[in-house]
Amino acid sequence: MALAPAVTDLEQLKDHPAVAPLLAWNKSAVQGVKYDRDEMTIYVGREFIRDACARLRDNPGCPFNYLSDITCVDWYPQEPRFEVIYHLFSIPKRERVRLKVKLGSESPVLESVFSVWPSCNFAEREVFDLFGIRFNGHPYLRRLLMPETWEGHPLRKDYPVEGYR
Amino acid sequence: MAHLTPTPALEPGQDKTMILNMGPQHPSTHGVLRVILEIDGENIVRIMPDIGYLHTGIEKTCEAKFYQQVVPLTDRIDYLCPLTNNLCYVLAVEKLLGLEIPPKAQWMRVLMNELTRINSHLVWLGTHAMDIGAMTVFLYCFREREDVLRLFEMISGQRMMTSYFRVGGVALEPPIGFFDKVRAFANRFPSRVDEYENLLTGNPIWVMRTKGVATITAEDAIALGASGPTLRGSGVDIDLRRDMPYTGYENFKFKVPTAKEGDVFARYMCRVAELRESIKIVGQALDGMPEGPIKANAPKVVLPDREKMKTEMEALIYHFKIVTEGFAVPEGEVYQAIESPRGEMGYYVVSDGTAKPYRVHMRSACMANMQLLPKMCEGRLLADVVAAIGSIDIVLGEIDR
Repeated sequence: MALAPAVTDLEQLKDHPAVAPLLAWNKSAVQGVKYDRDEMTIYVGREFIRDACARLRDNPGCPFNYLSDITCVDWYPQEPRFEVIYHLFSIPKRERVRLKVKLGSESPVLESVFSVWPSCNFAEREVFDLFGIRFNGHPYLRRLLMPETWEGHPLRKDYPVEGYR
Repeated sequence: MAHLTPTPALEPGQDKTMILNMGPQHPSTHGVLRVILEIDGENIVRIMPDIGYLHTGIEKTCEAKFYQQVVPLTDRIDYLCPLTNNLCYVLAVEKLLGLEIPPKAQWMRVLMNELTRINSHLVWLGTHAMDIGAMTVFLYCFREREDVLRLFEMISGQRMMTSYFRVGGVALEPPIGFFDKVRAFANRFPSRVDEYENLLTGNPIWVMRTKGVATITAEDAIALGASGPTLRGSGVDIDLRRDMPYTGYENFKFKVPTAKEGDVFARYMCRVAELRESIKIVGQALDGMPEGPIKANAPKVVLPDREKMKTEMEALIYHFKIVTEGFAVPEGEVYQAIESPRGEMGYYVVSDGTAKPYRVHMRSACMANMQLLPKMCEGRLLADVVAAIGSIDIVLGEIDR
């Protein structure tokens, strides 16, 4: 049950196929990296997320051309409260990477990656529905799973498991 | 972005088109899927799937359970391949724990996982053919599905909600005679697949209803997030079992069927070929089944044997601790993706160091595949919608969670 400690040093990880193109493009976009349990995580600044995704999709060496998933974690009551998580996959190179954006509770707004991958449609609507995070530029941002008239965002940690009675 | 626009409102004077609701209660939507269609006569102008009718908040429920208590919930997400869901979840938790699984447990997992794939594909084939009008195939498919369900019942006591995979291994030793029954099934199954193909593959009605219908290119399929047989039917050669092996799939030899046409018929051919490959994997798993324990040696995580509990104080204490307090999982996060019968199923599990998962998220292959529907159907005839929905093999329980 020995787990190797996570690597968070950018210098050691700067040659990773997902980190290198982002660093070459814009150093300030990469706020941090983490390599833990054979999985790569890159923390991206909120204003860079769409461009970072477009860069990774069109990266010639290892194109991350497939968006597996978008989800979110609520770290209430910590601030910044939300982490929006993008799981990218490179079909030609069989490589995975996770992008993370931290968002504070005062303005949980993010740019949509719809122009990069149309497949984010349902995933972004789901995150909006269950966490209340807005995606600017999404063509049809409405509730997906809950009824249109529902109040609150059920997967937030301050939302009780049984719902509001 | 015509395929994303909201429910179209009719302008006065432009009454050429009409809005038609297909579902949520409709026999060919395989559950409670509502499809909003804008049609001009028989032709589809716009189409929008509306989901969420089966949302039960499983992700929220998981946050209130111990890690081992989540396993039965994962069965209920996709009720046609419960063991695939079990597998994906336990692999994620084992990765968080850094747990090594003994070989016999891994081979049992592969064996059961492939039987599940057969089970799921049989339900798909039967219902898909019935939607298009071939009633007989349904009865043939359910005959074999019954055999698979009997095997599930034999090994776990349950026909559908098996919960057979546990964190650290599998729940029970397979009963005496189980492998012989699986062997008998594996021997007769290929001829049964021939029977299905006799009924469908060369059947002119079937071919006319499926060839060239609901075509999608590889670029569109990738951009819209398709995976599994839906993506392979468009010519993209990817299968996570072969390309990113998990739970010992690297020890098995199998082909990954692809087709390049991207229509309903291509997806049908891919899945039927997968039935044959799956039964080959079952045969290999039976041939090479190793001896040894079925659970990892991790007393703080894995429940002790019943016999040991009666004789050893320590085992009794561990059992009491695991059942009442769960087991703590080191902080971290894991995204585990596996090849489910429908495509890439992913579990994203976040741990904050306690005995309950901080967040569990399921990446649903059907939900992503569903986004292909407008692209497949717009400009085609109303009857093709039924064929298209059947060909992407949706399970609403997994989409809505």
